[in-house]
Amino acid sequence: MTVPDERDDLEAQFTQWRQYVERRPELRRSDADELEDHLRGSVDGLIESGLRADEAFLVAVKRMGGLDELSREFAREHSERLWKQLVLSGDTDSPVAGAQPRRDLLALIVCAAGAAVSIKIPALFGMDMEQDVAFFARNISLFAFPWLAAFLAWRRQAAPALIAVLLGLFALGAVAANVHPLAEDSQSLVLTGIHLPIALWFAVGLAYVADDLRSSRRRMDFVRFTGEWFLYLGLIALGGNVLIAFVFGTFEAIGIVPEAFIIQWLLPCGGVAAVVVAGWLVEAKQSVVENMAPVLARLFTPLFAGVLLAFLVAFGWTGGGIDVERDALILFDVLLAVVLGLLLYSISARDPLAPPGLFDRLQLALVASALVIDILVLVEIAGRISEYGTTPNKAAALGENVILLANLAWSAWLVLGFVRRRTPFAALERWQTGYLPVYAAWAWVVALAFPPLFDYL
Amino acid sequence: MKVTKDLVAASATPMVLGILAEGESYGYAILRRINDLSGGELDWTEGLLYPLLHRLERLGHVESSWQSPAGERRRKYYRITGTGLAELAEQRRQWDTVVDALKKVWLGPGDLRMLRPLEGGA
Repeated sequence: MTVPDERDDLEAQFTQWRQYVERRPELRRSDADELEDHLRGSVDGLIESGLRADEAFLVAVKRMGGLDELSREFAREHSERLWKQLVLSGDTDSPVAGAQPRRDLLALIVCAAGAAVSIKIPALFGMDMEQDVAFFARNISLFAFPWLAAFLAWRRQAAPALIAVLLGLFALGAVAANVHPLAEDSQSLVLTGIHLPIALWFAVGLAYVADDLRSSRRRMDFVRFTGEWFLYLGLIALGGNVLIAFVFGTFEAIGIVPEAFIIQWLLPCGGVAAVVVAGWLVEAKQSVVENMAPVLARLFTPLFAGVLLAFLVAFGWTGGGIDVERDALILFDVLLAVVLGLLLYSISARDPLAPPGLFDRLQLALVASALVIDILVLVEIAGRISEYGTTPNKAAALGENVILLANLAWSAWLVLGFVRRRTPFAALERWQTGYLPVYAAWAWVVALAFPPLFDYL
Repeated sequence: MKVTKDLVAASATPMVLGILAEGESYGYAILRRINDLSGGELDWTEGLLYPLLHRLERLGHVESSWQSPAGERRRKYYRITGTGLAELAEQRRQWDTVVDALKKVWLGPGDLRMLRPLEGGA
């Protein structure tokens, strides 16, 4: 072996060692530099005392001790490094300056401010938050989601054609919300209020998957995004409540009642801005924080499975029928949606290559018992509808039930196949991501076509 | 004979501050110096030295800078500060007290050389 050859080998070993070191969250880049300098010093010393390069490297690494122990010692001094922090101004540790996060922050401020301003525009035309509740109830998602979609489309550098489609969808949403002559107390008004945000959320999803429209992985990313976005929005809402309580309490103490300010400005502007901020937080934090939605899904899957199975046993025991109240259909829609959510978020966090385990069987039990309960309810309700005729509410709830039922039935089949090692896990993932457009289509149908279909009831 | 871990840890701060009081230095050289000073009896590891240096830096006892001296690698050099010198003086006072007390007790009735014949006679 020649000397330059030996040097090359040594450099390769140093590179490999560095990769190991840099994988440790406790050790920063500067620590790795420092430790590498130390290692090089000790290798040089050993070579001087007569060892060959590769021997010297082995001895020096051995002397430094295991990386586990080393990281533990570093963690004791730098315990804050184990708490991942959101760095707004870019990765301070990395030599390349964080231009992207700073541009993101700027885009976020523009979009959030845009949302906050846009919700006050109707006020210029004489609309009032307190008097025109119906208008705002129908349109609220139109003040927030387009801005979130704009932020995402900007981040993904969406193609002009896709931007045109997005604009078209949001314009269609505005039409759906405002052209139908609906009475203040009509069922269709409530239905539009519920379904238009869902329909528009899928438009946001289109912006989210802008870089690869057909990819199943990207769609699953959007599912993950939805779960985290929802949780962040909840957290921001909690903080917002505290802020409002303080604004109210402190100003009231000095004789100013800030009620109008809170209702007219803080709540609406803060709310729509929070929608955009939550989306940005998920984007910025996706590699920093453990995803919470799958953790919650893991926690609640066994509990829900237990409750549903207990319900079935109790139902069989008493032998009576289910007392189907007016809202029962909605309740069971929500149940199916929750079960689907649990399934979806467990899928989103699962390693597709892992073999089936106890948790997958638990999931099968959950889905199967939800299906059985839902079929019992459907039989009960089908009779009622044929007897009394249908209303927009019943039609929408029934449609949703059928859609969710179809999804869960096929999912149950796929999970069963997976547990019996007949079908790969990826089939289940593909089924769920392929089904997403169905929800979107249904939400659009309810928001757009239901009012004329049911004579604006 | 190797010095126990506890004792190494207890003497770590005054040792590093003392070495840096001689002039600025870097990690590997500090370890070499400790090795030379103790004849290899003090078992220092990198896991002890670097976190300690970082802690001293956080407390303001030392300051660091990356330098590349001519013909050598880029290295992180540590330099003792004013508060570091004050800390060193304080630690020295405490260590002197401990060492003095131990010396007195070992030269007095507790001297091992005097105990050994007693044990042998029993």
